Amino acid sequence: MARTLTQSRFRKPSVIPGFGLTFGFAVTYLSLIVLIPIAALILKSASVGWDEFWRIATDGRTLAALRTSFGLSLIAALVNMFFGLILAWVLTRYRFPGRRLIDAMVDLPFALPTAVAGIALGSLYAVNGWIGGFFDFRITYTAIGITIALIFVGLPFVVRTVQPVLEDLDKELEEAAATLGAGRWKTIFRVILPPLLPAVLTGFALAYARAVGEYGSVVFVSQGIPYRNEIAPQLIVIKLEESASYGPAAVIATVMLALAFLLLLCINLLQAWGRRRFGSAG
Amino acid sequence: MEIRIANVRKEFGRFPALHDVSLNIRSGELIALLGPSGSGKTTLLRLIAGLEHTTVGKIYFGDEDASQKSIQDRNVGFVFQHYALFKHLTIADNIGFGLRVRPRATRPSRKEIRRRASELLDLVQLPGLDRRLPRQLSGGQRQRVALARALAIEPRVLLLDEPFGALDAQVRRDLRRWLRELHDKTGHTTVFVTHDQEEALELADRVVVMSQGRIEQVGGADDIYDAPASPFVFSFIGESSSLPILVRDGEAFFEDERVSLPVRDCEAGPSRLFIRPHDIDVVADGGGTFSGNVTMVRRNGGGRRVELAIGSGGHRVEIEVPAEVAPAIGSTISIRPRRWRVYADAAPTGPVTTAAAMKAAEPSRAVAAE
Repeated sequence: MARTLTQSRFRKPSVIPGFGLTFGFAVTYLSLIVLIPIAALILKSASVGWDEFWRIATDGRTLAALRTSFGLSLIAALVNMFFGLILAWVLTRYRFPGRRLIDAMVDLPFALPTAVAGIALGSLYAVNGWIGGFFDFRITYTAIGITIALIFVGLPFVVRTVQPVLEDLDKELEEAAATLGAGRWKTIFRVILPPLLPAVLTGFALAYARAVGEYGSVVFVSQGIPYRNEIAPQLIVIKLEESASYGPAAVIATVMLALAFLLLLCINLLQAWGRRRFGSAG
Repeated sequence: MEIRIANVRKEFGRFPALHDVSLNIRSGELIALLGPSGSGKTTLLRLIAGLEHTTVGKIYFGDEDASQKSIQDRNVGFVFQHYALFKHLTIADNIGFGLRVRPRATRPSRKEIRRRASELLDLVQLPGLDRRLPRQLSGGQRQRVALARALAIEPRVLLLDEPFGALDAQVRRDLRRWLRELHDKTGHTTVFVTHDQEEALELADRVVVMSQGRIEQVGGADDIYDAPASPFVFSFIGESSSLPILVRDGEAFFEDERVSLPVRDCEAGPSRLFIRPHDIDVVADGGGTFSGNVTMVRRNGGGRRVELAIGSGGHRVEIEVPAEVAPAIGSTISIRPRRWRVYADAAPTGPVTTAAAMKAAEPSRAVAAE
C-alpha cells in the first residue's frame, strides 16, 4: 500500500517503464562522478580546522584571486553572451558560402586542449606577436589577456543554446511587428530577444561556470601576479606546491565551489522567472 | 482606401511569381484572392503589405504610390495564417503592440492603450481576456486576437493571409460569418487570401481568381460561377467534367461523331466542353447527347454521384442523380447536358498555319448555353 503510494507520487504512467532502474543509475552515477569527489574536497578543507579555514579564506591574496576569477569570468561571459547572440543570428538567419564551416568552428574551443589554446593566444597577443604588436599596451600577462582566454573557452555555449530557439522563432513575428509599425530596434528588443532570454541565460550561466573553472589556457597567457591578476585556480595550484598537505588548496576550492554554486542558483532562479514570464521556446 | 495595382510583376530570383497583374480594389470592399497554391495570391497580398517589393509595376493607396513607402509607414493591418502572436506578451499587450511602438510624440498613454485594447477585445468578442497569454487561447480565439491587433493601428487596409486555414471546419464557418459582420461594421477595405472557394464566394464582395501568377477573372460569386471566363475558372470553381470536342461548321463532333449540341456561336477548332454534375439530365431510351458506362456510384449528401466512362477514350464524366436512383456498375446511361460551356483549346497541337496560330494566341472566347 505504502509502496504504491510513493510510486504514484513520483512517477507518472508512461509507455516506457523503468523509473526505478534509470533513477537508481542516475543517483549512483552522479554520486560517483560528482557528489563523492566534492564531499571529499569539503572534508579535506575541514581538516585544517575552522580558524585556519577562515584565515586562508579571508586572506588578502585569496580574496584578490577570487575577485579576479569571478570578475573576469563575468566580463568574459557577458562578451560571449553578446557575440554569441550575433554569431547564432548570423548562422541561423543567413545562408552564405562557408556557413557550415563556421558552424563547425564554433565547437573548436571544446575540442582543443586548453593549454594549446593558451599557448596560441599567448604568442599571438604577446607584445611582439601578430596581433599584440598592433597595440601599444600589454595584453598578455594582464587581465585583458586572461579575459581573452576565458572568452575563447566559453564561446560555444551561448551560440549552441540560442541557435535552436532562434531557428524555431517564426519569421512571421518580425513581419507582424513591422506591419504594426515597429522599426528594427524595437522589433529586436520587443519581439526577438524576449523569447530568446531563457536560452541566453542558460548559455551565459554555462559560459560563466566554464570560465570560473578555467585553468589550462590562462596560465599560458598570464603568469599570475598575486593581488593583481592571479586567478583562483592558479592560486590553488600554488598552494598545492607550497604546502605539504592538500588542506589550504582545498579551502580555496571549497570557497570557489560555494560561490559558484550560489551564482548558478541565482541564474537558475532568474531563468525560471524568465521562462514563466516569456514562455518556453515551444 | 482605394487600392490600385498597376502592371505588377514579381520575380523570386528568376522565377516569376506574378506576371503583369493589374487590379483595382474599391474603398470599403471585401475582396478575396482565390487560387490553388503557387498561383501567386499570397505574393500579391504580401506586395500590397510591403512585405515584398515589386520587380516591375506600382501599387497605389488612393493617389499615393505605396511602393515608395516602407512596411512600417504603409499602415496596413496584416493577419497571418498562423496568427504570429507574440507569445511572451499578454493578449492586451499583443493588441496594444502597434500603439506601444509608436514614436513618443504620437504614442497614446499607457492607460489609453489599455483602454483601446479592451475595446478591441470587446469588438472581437473576447472580453476579459486581457491578461491571458496567447498559449492559453484556442486557435479561433488567437486568430481573433491577431485581427484585433491588426485593427488597433487603425489600418488603411486590412490584409488577411488564409486567416482561417489553420482552423477546423466548424470554427472556420463561424469565423467567416463573424468576419463578414465585422467588415460591415468597421468598413475597412479588406483583402483576404484563400484557397477555399466556398469561403471566397460566400464571404467576398468580389473574388479574384488567380492561376500561375495571373488573374483569370474578377467578379462576384454569380459571375464567377455562372460565367467563368476561362476553362481554368470553370474547373477550379465548383465541380465539373470536361470532354474534348471538335467544332466545325457550327456543329459539334465527339470522337468523330456528330453530337446534338448547339454550338453555332462557338469558335471552330478543337475545343473542350465543360459541364457540371448537376447540369446534366439522364435520358431514357438512349436518346441523349452522350452515353457511357457506369464505373462508380457513391452517395453524396442528398443525392448520388455517378461516374461514367464516355466514348472509346473512356472520358470520365460525373453526373448527379436523385438518391432513389441507383444505377448498376457497368450499365449504360444516356445523358444530355442542360447547361454547358465550350472553350476553344488555347494551344493547338501539331503544325498550324500562321492564321490559325494567331487565332489561337487570342484569348479563347467562350460561349455559354442555357
